[in-house]
Amino acid sequence: MKATAAIAVNVFRESVRDKVLYNLVLFAILLIGASLLIGQLTAGQDVKIIKDLGLSATSLFGLFIAVFIGIGLVSKEVERRSIYSLLAKPIRRSQLVVGKYIGLALTLAVNIAVMAVALYAVLAYMRWGVPEAVVRAWDAPPLDPALLVAIGLILVELMLVTAIAIFFSTFSTPILSAALTFALFVVGHFSADLRNFEAAVESPMAGRIARALYWVLPNLAQFDVKADVVHGRPVPLGYVALALAYAATYIALLLSISVTVFSRRDFK
Amino acid sequence: MNARLSAAIGLVAVLLATAVQLQAVRERWYPPGDEDETALYLQSGLTVRRMSGAYTPLAADLYWIRAIQYYGGTKRRLNSASGPMPSVPPPPASLAAVGDDYSLLYPLLDITTTLDPRFNIAYRFGAIFLAEPYPGGSGRPDLAVALLEKGLRERPDKWEYLEDIGFVHYWYTHDYLAASEWFQKAADVPGAPWWLRSLAATTRAKGGDRESSRLMWEAIRQTTEVEYLRNDAERRLAQLRALDDIDALQRAVDAAKARSADLPLDWAALVRARVLRTVPADPSGVPYELSSEGRVTLARSSPLLPLPVEPPAR
Repeated sequence: MKATAAIAVNVFRESVRDKVLYNLVLFAILLIGASLLIGQLTAGQDVKIIKDLGLSATSLFGLFIAVFIGIGLVSKEVERRSIYSLLAKPIRRSQLVVGKYIGLALTLAVNIAVMAVALYAVLAYMRWGVPEAVVRAWDAPPLDPALLVAIGLILVELMLVTAIAIFFSTFSTPILSAALTFALFVVGHFSADLRNFEAAVESPMAGRIARALYWVLPNLAQFDVKADVVHGRPVPLGYVALALAYAATYIALLLSISVTVFSRRDFK
Repeated sequence: MNARLSAAIGLVAVLLATAVQLQAVRERWYPPGDEDETALYLQSGLTVRRMSGAYTPLAADLYWIRAIQYYGGTKRRLNSASGPMPSVPPPPASLAAVGDDYSLLYPLLDITTTLDPRFNIAYRFGAIFLAEPYPGGSGRPDLAVALLEKGLRERPDKWEYLEDIGFVHYWYTHDYLAASEWFQKAADVPGAPWWLRSLAATTRAKGGDRESSRLMWEAIRQTTEVEYLRNDAERRLAQLRALDDIDALQRAVDAAKARSADLPLDWAALVRARVLRTVPADPSGVPYELSSEGRVTLARSSPLLPLPVEPPAR
């Protein structure tokens, strides 16, 4: 446990050293710039657009961090041959994989927490000076606490994507791992199409394969509640709990496979 | 700062300035053509929805911004090409009566609302853009109604969409019976404002007369929280005041002409003759025009043009 924690902290420090947190500056500039410009570009619904932009940017920036750092966590150690000195220490390979995963999840959590604060700050600025009657006419209040549900589910989704990236990186090259992770991210958001594929094709076999893929591949669409939250539609607690349980199960599954594959690799 | 770094910064600045200059020279010698906004590569909202995946709400915002820019840009281009707005609006639109200048407006709004079916403002503002007579809008009240009906399929409890369909019939197609029916439907939705019921009754009884129009726009002005709609209501009320002014001025001019056939027909002469105290201006501050035949109209530069069509007196 201590070794896993030490590896996780090390990954977090390394990501800070690699200037990963610089993306926060970009995020802040994007949001502040958009909040100043949006009134000139559109007619009404500025707050809705800022919420959409903030949540999408949080997800997109997080996705790039999860994929591009996730794929390098294990493969970089192998490439640099630092894996030999690591494995010579009294740590198990499973601890290495899990520690790396937790470290990146921590990096993502810090990133997303700062982005959430920045988003709320910009929304507070946009709320300032707007009459109460106008605010009441909006679908959802500007500083809606429900935004945190969407942000929390984005973090959970990214943690799942990180697990996918680490899984691929245990047996594949970084480029292929990135391509496969992005592919699964895209497919994960088309789960409804896979489920309804039977209705669109004539071949019953193709339909059955699509349905099997629907159940087996990670369903990432369930973590996307951005539109509901922005329009003030409630997200049931039970829904969130089931999505969290699904993510935890799938992450455990992917990390188990990653540990197994990594443990069987021969680094001679 | 060491000398090498200073030299590097200086070099970068010189190169950037050179690039800017080259671009400026190229644009002066070979002026770039107007940007062609007539291309909509993806016509299907469902396709865009599939392609945007997890970022569908953001894609909806981008399409909405594009729709606004397209509408504003086209309107500005048409206004500058054709001069001031015509004083008399064109008859209710039909497919043959309008050009294809706004041909992308409905597809853009349709994609926006397919990507985000609860995009309230896209339905409400979009319907105004579509229904406004050409060239101020696309002159397609039928598409405005189609867009609002699409919104109603998503949110049947949204009385504002029912009210807006009523407005389209009232203001643009002048079908007062249909307008009254839609106002009544809106009034029946729980939570709808009280005045919709009286508006439905007044429209049915006196459809389209100036007083019922004034009642409608005053109610909207006082109750809407959307700035754009409030501004629109204020403009409509100003147009109605202008119609009242024109009627009163016309009566005064006709009476003066009847009293003295030699009286020159211009405002200065009427002021000198004490028919009027001052040169009359419309609610936007632009002086009214008086033709040599003695007809009072809005000036062609007035932002209140075109004035609404009024039904024949009953």
